[in-house]
Amino acid sequence: MATQHEMELIDSATRAQQAMEEELAGERMIINMGPQHPSTHGVLRLVVELDGEEIVNVWPDIGYLHRGDEKLAENMTYTQFIPYTDRLDYLAPLANNVAYAYAVEELCGIDVPPRCKYIRVICAELARISSHLLGVGAMSLDIGAMTVFLWTFREREKIYDLCECICGARFTTSYTRIGGLANDMPADFLPMLLKFLKDFPTTLDETDKLLTRNKIFIGRNRDIGVLAKEDAIDFGATGPNLRGSGVEWDIRKAHPYGSYEEFDFDVPVGTVGDCFDRYLVRMEEMRQSVRILQQAADSMPDGPWNSPDAKILLPEKKATLTKMEELIHHFINVTEGINAPPGEVYFSAENPKGELGFYIVSRGGGAPHRLKIRAPSFVNLQLVPLISKGHMMSDMVAILGSLDFVMGECDR
Amino acid sequence: MTPSEAVERLKVSFGDAIGAPVEFRGEVTVTVAREKILDVCRFLKRECTFAMLTDLAGVDNYGDDPRFEVDYLLYSLAQRCHLRLKVHVSEEDMLVDSVTGVWRTADWHEREAYDMLGIRFRGHPNLKRILMWEGYPHFPLRKDFPLAGLPAELPETAVDAGQVETAPMLGGPFVVGTGTRNAIRREPRQYDTIAEQQEKLKSPSKKEPV
Repeated sequence: MATQHEMELIDSATRAQQAMEEELAGERMIINMGPQHPSTHGVLRLVVELDGEEIVNVWPDIGYLHRGDEKLAENMTYTQFIPYTDRLDYLAPLANNVAYAYAVEELCGIDVPPRCKYIRVICAELARISSHLLGVGAMSLDIGAMTVFLWTFREREKIYDLCECICGARFTTSYTRIGGLANDMPADFLPMLLKFLKDFPTTLDETDKLLTRNKIFIGRNRDIGVLAKEDAIDFGATGPNLRGSGVEWDIRKAHPYGSYEEFDFDVPVGTVGDCFDRYLVRMEEMRQSVRILQQAADSMPDGPWNSPDAKILLPEKKATLTKMEELIHHFINVTEGINAPPGEVYFSAENPKGELGFYIVSRGGGAPHRLKIRAPSFVNLQLVPLISKGHMMSDMVAILGSLDFVMGECDR
Repeated sequence: MTPSEAVERLKVSFGDAIGAPVEFRGEVTVTVAREKILDVCRFLKRECTFAMLTDLAGVDNYGDDPRFEVDYLLYSLAQRCHLRLKVHVSEEDMLVDSVTGVWRTADWHEREAYDMLGIRFRGHPNLKRILMWEGYPHFPLRKDFPLAGLPAELPETAVDAGQVETAPMLGGPFVVGTGTRNAIRREPRQYDTIAEQQEKLKSPSKKEPV
């Protein structure tokens, strides 16, 4: 009897312990990361479910920066929308300007002169370097390497100087026009660009030395956030995130636009698809951009930089003030906009973050019936739950940094 | 396989569900019957190498019947070509089969189309608002939604007692349309301050400056 009693006591204690263990094992913590967390690079909110420090699930919550750009676009002329494109991917406004201009030009069936195309190539590649510098800098800052961020920002400052030289604004450039550019490249721009191209590779190499063989950096990124090739395609990933997973697809090569077929450059691809591969792809893309910029600067064509069609671009101010016909064109262009044909056009450009597409539904007239912006960050952010499951909470910042998104474009 | 060949194959397999292809600036668009969209997408992915869904856009053709359309932009990495599918959706029955089972990327795109236009997708795993907040009552990208917005409750915030007001338009939008207001009256800078403008909006009887 006594033995039985003793056994019962042991039994209940064991049960209590088992119950406690089960309770502890089943305890999941839900934490809120953002929308004001430094590593979410903007206003992204992540609801993370954790088991201890391990990520069980993530729900990205976006829309904090939604400004209704697509609605606005329907209520203004094509030209009036150009400043809004600056504010999509605000780390590479020049590249957005270029993509939007080409999209509307494709709708209207306009071809721009070679000089314009070359200047646009310079704009897009400068934007790519600028965006990747921030991407790499912020990624390393988030995982603890402060110096890289300061170094890359010093270089970005020089790119901002170049932006200011070419279009007068450092940040919100609004440089392109439908059928051309706001103004020709100033005479002192090319020497400035060449000086930048001479100095920049040295800094890039120094940054490379800081990170690529850095044991801590490799430890934080290698085999973290692995994105398989099939998943990348299924999720519509583009840009460095797709190429990091080993898919050799770059719109500049697959569907060359704006004279990219005339340039000699390589498309870097990764093998594993982890954070480190995405970082390596960005570093190499900057080197390739330098190559493209050098070629563009060396073989810059002379001649007109604007489409000659006065029904598309504003005529020269002097002519507007003195000639009747130019005055009429000016007036119609400003008030009613370009008379675009009815039709549907999708144009996409290889932007720093991936494929930036503009889907324009026109019913004729100066404003679009519908303008859908296919933002690469919106599509790429969908990958977060897939690639972060099973990793530690501290890996989340590396994953977010390596995806390199920008909320201005994601939320539109 | 070029887009036109893919359309030919679709016609063989699906017959009347596939409309006549339209080509504009080298882009092929084909209208698909609403009931068949899921099968057509599956077919195109499996048989015609369209492994990627680049974009999905909802469009409001206000005044037309059927009112809405959903445009799917497919991409083939192997063939390096696009194909656009178009599905018409009537206002009475705004339900389209979800293609999230074909391409997982469709998840957020379909949520956006629902959020902005109110088109619902049957079989979507998590069809809720994405850019606007949960509980927002309107669909802002519809053509009958005013540019200034509509007042709405903004729960769980301390900002302005959880209420969203309409935007001060200052006489905008500044795109030209035919109407009674001439260029001078459209110009916002004739009013000194926003407060003055809002004051004027409250009392429309007050004589406007010319």
